[in-house]
Amino acid sequence: MAELIVISTLNGVLFGMLLFLLSSGLTVIFSMMGVLNFAHASFYMLGAFFGYQLTRWIGFWPALVIAPLLVGVVGMGVERYGLRNTHKHGHVAELLLTFGLAFAIEEIVSMIWGKSPVDYRVPAVLDFPAFTVFSTNYPAYKIFMLVVSVVIFIALLVTLKRTRVGLIVQAALTHPSMVGHLGHNVGRVFMLVFGVGSALAGLAGVIAGPSLVTQSDMAAYLGPILFVVIVFGGLGSLPGAFIASLLIGLIQTFAVALNGSLASVFGPLDPSLGPSPLTDIWNVTIAQIAPILPYLLLVLVLIFRPMGLLGTRES
Amino acid sequence: MRRLIVAATAALTVLGGAASAQESIKIGYIDPLSGGGASVGEGGLKTFQYLADELNAKGGILGHKVEIVPLDNKTNPQESLVQAQKAVDAGVHYITQGNGSSVGAALEDFVTKHNSRNPGKEVLYFNYAAVDPSMTNEKCSYWHFRWDANSDIKMEALTNYMKGQQSIKKVYLINMDYSFGQSVRTAARKMLGEKRPDIQLVGDELHPMLKVTDFSPYIAKIKASGADTVVTGNWGQDFALLLKAAADAGLKVNWYTYYAGGAGGPTAIKQTGLENQVFQISEGVPNSGNKAAMDFEKDFRAKTGISVWYPRAVNEMRMFKAAAEKANSIDPVKVAAALEGVKFDVFDGGEGFMRKDDHQFFQPIYISSFGSLADKAKEPFDEENTGWGWHIVSKIDTAQTMLPTTCNMKRP
Repeated sequence: MAELIVISTLNGVLFGMLLFLLSSGLTVIFSMMGVLNFAHASFYMLGAFFGYQLTRWIGFWPALVIAPLLVGVVGMGVERYGLRNTHKHGHVAELLLTFGLAFAIEEIVSMIWGKSPVDYRVPAVLDFPAFTVFSTNYPAYKIFMLVVSVVIFIALLVTLKRTRVGLIVQAALTHPSMVGHLGHNVGRVFMLVFGVGSALAGLAGVIAGPSLVTQSDMAAYLGPILFVVIVFGGLGSLPGAFIASLLIGLIQTFAVALNGSLASVFGPLDPSLGPSPLTDIWNVTIAQIAPILPYLLLVLVLIFRPMGLLGTRES
Repeated sequence: MRRLIVAATAALTVLGGAASAQESIKIGYIDPLSGGGASVGEGGLKTFQYLADELNAKGGILGHKVEIVPLDNKTNPQESLVQAQKAVDAGVHYITQGNGSSVGAALEDFVTKHNSRNPGKEVLYFNYAAVDPSMTNEKCSYWHFRWDANSDIKMEALTNYMKGQQSIKKVYLINMDYSFGQSVRTAARKMLGEKRPDIQLVGDELHPMLKVTDFSPYIAKIKASGADTVVTGNWGQDFALLLKAAADAGLKVNWYTYYAGGAGGPTAIKQTGLENQVFQISEGVPNSGNKAAMDFEKDFRAKTGISVWYPRAVNEMRMFKAAAEKANSIDPVKVAAALEGVKFDVFDGGEGFMRKDDHQFFQPIYISSFGSLADKAKEPFDEENTGWGWHIVSKIDTAQTMLPTTCNMKRP
């Protein structure tokens, strides 16, 4: 049992940190520009495919740096030539733009790399068991993923809280016109933030690609969970996104590990009732409903605390 | 010059006329070509295209060329119905599908309804891998033919073999959460309970189908349960990733599987170092020792770059040709009648037959294990360049695979 708890905690934290790499960019972009970027998970996918392609050409380590930068450039292009032009037509136009972009990116990716998974492997130097807990090996690559995400998390925190750039970004979050009046180029701040946000998503893709599966529908799998994370944490709140990411990561992993069902709590139904939809519900285990738990949380949060865990406003 | 053009035009007209007189037979291949099932779906497509080329090289079926029409169903029953309708509208009278019994059941229902509403425009459904037993039992249809042994038959054979393995003490079941996975789980529980009541069932897991990308939470659970053996019907990505996670965690157990040989499976087994600990049940293996099959395998690998993973697809296409020739027609109604009860020498040797009562094909099946190849002359074929290949550990003759059916078939 202890073994299961340790391994599940590690896996949960890892998945949570990965979610945070993605949701941090998404939530900052949202609070600054008021746009829910539907294409955010697509940047994650682009990161994975760029990472795969560059790994083949020049190796994993250069790819780890270059691929996120490329994704960042793509992101900045989207902001500069897409969102900025649609901004004057209001949020709905911007929302639709990112929505369409998500589909376009998926189609382009499947046109270039095909629809089945690509062979994106863990680099040989990291392909060994890092340590053994009880009798289970924990792969070094997963530890590497964890380290990268923690480092990025700290760097992000320091930048936002302790530097001038962070100060301007924070100011632009709440008072964009005031920042503009003070002589800062708000448009450029937006573009840079969008670029950094996409680059973070790209980085998540590069490191998650070999461990999870790199294929053209990976964005569609992760996208909905991201929205759960940022709504749950409170739209625009970075600490909220952090807590929500870890929580959702842990919930999903631990739910899989649990076997409890209504039947195990209240005892089996009277067999004379025969098979019915009720027996199905009665016997379904927590592990089986693990995939829908985050969405259940989303619904509950929206009902009881619409601003999310640490959110400040209700929209 | 002008005369030459006239002659050429005339020749072209004649040729064109000849081609349209012998209309091609279109087979709608409805399987996943994107998403989690794509790796197996693409392998199947290559197989059917190779088989069509093979038939066409020998003059096709009754002079008609065979053409495979690929249709991506994303392993989704609703999408499959859309694709099936699209195929029918394009003049397809034969559809073939294998991946996912949820899809299979929907298609079976589709052809039954379509054929009762559109007499004279019948469509046949050739099933090469959807093995939910209900498709040839309570839900059986005259218009459906299945070439793969159904899930109960496979589990019967697998548990008969497990019965003799005294080292098995604790079994863990992990399956995909849909009709097929559930039938594997039910059959395994029932049959193991009868044949080896001393075996302890330490886990029974159903996970979302083709959606899990990291199986490590499940592997942690298997490990914690203390299981020495895992039984799974997982296929495609769900098998390869399960084994990959097991390899990462260093889980060393015996695996009794339906589809370990699918794309990515062999590589993952080799990585785990589970020599001769992964068993698979199938109607044939590349190193079967049958000369004709091994020659076919060699040529197939050279042309497609993959192994023959569907000997049943070979049987399907060859029997289709034989039935059409017997009926002297490519009319689906006549072909269906000709397929019923027919006996056929199967790809890996031995006799199989298509049972009239439920349209289930019976054939010899084999349990094989995966490991290094000692004698390269006898066993020349490895899988996915791992250097390891399948060895037969047990053969089950056609007669022993016959399970009764509850099918009450409505005939036209």
